[in-house]
Amino acid sequence: MSLYRMHILVCAGAGCITSGCKEVSEALKKALKENNLQNEIMVLETGCMGACELGPIAVIYPEGVFYKKLKPENMAEIVEEHVVKGRVVEKYLYKTPDEKIIKKINEIEFFKRQKKIVLRNCGFIDPTKIEEYIARDGYEACAKAFEMSKSEVIDIIKKSGLRGRGGGGFPAGVKWDFTSKSEGDQKYIVCNADEGDPGAFMDRSVLEGDPHLIIEGMMIAGYAVGANQGYVYCRAEYPLAIERLNLAIKQAEKYGLLGKNILGTDFSFNMDVRIGAGAFVCGEETALIESIEGKRGEPRPRPPYPAVKGLFNKPTVINNVETWANITYIIQHGWEHFRTIGTEKNPGTKVFALAGDITNAGLVEVPMGTSLREIVFDIGGGVLGGKKFKAAQTGGPSGGCIPAEHLDIKVDFDTLKTLGTMMGSGGLIVMSEDTCMVDLAKFFMQFCVDESCGKCVPCRIGTKRMYEILEKITSGRAEMEDLNRLRILASNIKEAALCGLGQTAPNPVLSTLRYFEDEYIEHIEKKKCKTKVCKALIKYEITEKCVGCGVCKRACPVNVISGERKEMHIIDQTACIKCGMCYDKCPFDAITVE
Amino acid sequence: MACECGNCIDYSVLDRIVEESRGKEGILINVLHSVQEHYGALTPDIQKRISDGLNIPLSQVYGTVTFYHFFTMVPKGKYVIKICTGTACYVRGANKLVENFVDKLGIEVGQTTNDGLFSLETVRCVGACSLAPVVTINDVDIYKRVSPKEIDGIIAGYRQKEAE
Ligand SMILES: Cc1cc2nc3c(=O)[nH]c(=O)nc-3n(C[C@H](O)[C@H](O)[C@H](O)COP(=O)(O)O)c2cc1C
Ligand code: FES
Repeated sequence: MSLYRMHILVCAGAGCITSGCKEVSEALKKALKENNLQNEIMVLETGCMGACELGPIAVIYPEGVFYKKLKPENMAEIVEEHVVKGRVVEKYLYKTPDEKIIKKINEIEFFKRQKKIVLRNCGFIDPTKIEEYIARDGYEACAKAFEMSKSEVIDIIKKSGLRGRGGGGFPAGVKWDFTSKSEGDQKYIVCNADEGDPGAFMDRSVLEGDPHLIIEGMMIAGYAVGANQGYVYCRAEYPLAIERLNLAIKQAEKYGLLGKNILGTDFSFNMDVRIGAGAFVCGEETALIESIEGKRGEPRPRPPYPAVKGLFNKPTVINNVETWANITYIIQHGWEHFRTIGTEKNPGTKVFALAGDITNAGLVEVPMGTSLREIVFDIGGGVLGGKKFKAAQTGGPSGGCIPAEHLDIKVDFDTLKTLGTMMGSGGLIVMSEDTCMVDLAKFFMQFCVDESCGKCVPCRIGTKRMYEILEKITSGRAEMEDLNRLRILASNIKEAALCGLGQTAPNPVLSTLRYFEDEYIEHIEKKKCKTKVCKALIKYEITEKCVGCGVCKRACPVNVISGERKEMHIIDQTACIKCGMCYDKCPFDAITVE
Repeated sequence: MACECGNCIDYSVLDRIVEESRGKEGILINVLHSVQEHYGALTPDIQKRISDGLNIPLSQVYGTVTFYHFFTMVPKGKYVIKICTGTACYVRGANKLVENFVDKLGIEVGQTTNDGLFSLETVRCVGACSLAPVVTINDVDIYKRVSPKEIDGIIAGYRQKEAE
């Protein structure tokens, strides 16, 4: 093996691929070749580094110089200046909001404040090479686990206090223990990679950036509970994750790390990937099991729990991707060490997908119990465009919002519950003052109506009725009594629905009602939407400032703006579809929206 | 043997996929994925053949096909436009994009243009939330931070590609 004097890591996570990192990487390799440096400098395409907003990104080691927003045509300059002459090219470096230039990756606030366990290899290794995973102590934890007894392994996970990261926060070790004690000639290990929460991409990034970590975690559980078949259930929207997983499984098989008699023990373990087909409810564990069995993904009543009667009616451990990603770390470093991170009841870290109206959208991992303010402002860089923070949504369509007055709460499973929301899988959507909370509630309710599997009545019909009431409110046809109707429906659905989807579907409505009831009332009584989101309640008008340039007339898709050149134009209110095109296009700010 | 008449569908690929999967537990969904990828849609005839091949009741095959958003029984256009309407994209204005595409293409979500060129769909999160709002075309061309103004250009690009 040849030694390289420099490594250039190009982020090839989903965000950066969208931003064109492949072309950047090609240009970089070409420039190195032109300078005859291809044997001295190694280029690696890694998984997501997290700073999606800044992509495409390249980090040059050993110094860790961080270049952002690169274009293919910049690469020759970086090679000639930085690689050949050793001069850092300042103009591509990261700048803080107050224009301070920062050279190294670990000096940037966004990275400095994070604590990486789950994402420790993401962005550092080439996920398509098992050798790189092994070089970072990969497959060491399983070797260590195989030297312990099965109950010792379960005991360590139990004592670590690791809670399931898929949303519920159920202790992983306890689940393993149940499964190991259940009778069954065959048992299964399942990884829930359905990542149904729209607006979340943590699991995707782990699978794409470090697939072996999941395989190893599942294998350890297989050993501990006595299962020798594992399935990863991955949503079809993530083709790259599926490809990387399949590749990783093949590599592990070739190295004898999957298959018969792993590492000379009498333990055998095989893995397969099963692909979802676009149904949110399939993230629910019993529906997921139905789906792996090749059926409609309709949930089963629990109990019996999967630990007793799961996949193909056999005892099954089912955990989320991020939960699996914690296992090797705990085995390697011990449960005592793991408990020093995070809070007492919530040990470890949590990965969040920051999105919405936030400056540094991307992937972050912080110790449990970090305050929302630190996540959104110190790491996330605050609200986009200097706007005011209104609320953050956690838990996706099953969760709720956290308003500005609670920015200082410590984020973990239990505190979020007390605020009427939940951790969910880690999607964290920041909303600015421009977001209408009633419309937001309607958006989530629409989602639940679409995704309800139809098996139980409270969810199938109840969510639809709630949606209709919200529709009434946002179109100015509602009365105050409708708020009560919403609350009654919500509590009935919560109580009577069969699975978690229905039981949690009313949460976004309840939570926005709790913190933003005044907005609901304003919609109903004043027929006003102060954020100007609800179309039926707004009106576009052209004012005196109009110089008659005609831009709005041309922009209007339904041709309802009239007026002669150089004279004030007018909108035909009866036919206006309120698309806002004229408002966006007017160069003189002559159009108002009320 | 494939029929020579030119009207019949060549089922050899389907038969091979079914052959390779027969006997594997819970393989139906994977088979449906592969078959749809090749044939573009899971028509009733195709479902019948899968049911026979895998020895799974047709009702179960049909029930599964209609349950999941991903499967379709009618063929889609050459370019499938998917607008992400996940939460992150919603917050950053995905609804405006939907309205604009509907307007510009003259079709509703879920429909295909008469010339068979474009299908319009919405999806729930493609996992590029940090670059919201996102539009993908045939899952390979990904447009980030799309503003309504860019839509004309995007559509025109594909129309031109076709004309050439
Ligand atoms: C409607 C619904 C959707 C869910 N979606 C997911 C999901 O996308 N990913 C996930 O890991 N867990 C999801 N869950 C939670 C799972 O049912 C289950 O609790 C989890 O896979 C257990 O793993 P954990 O203990 O590691 O969190 C969902 C639950 C419900 C009720
Ligand atoms: S919400 Fe659109 S990509 Fe995630």
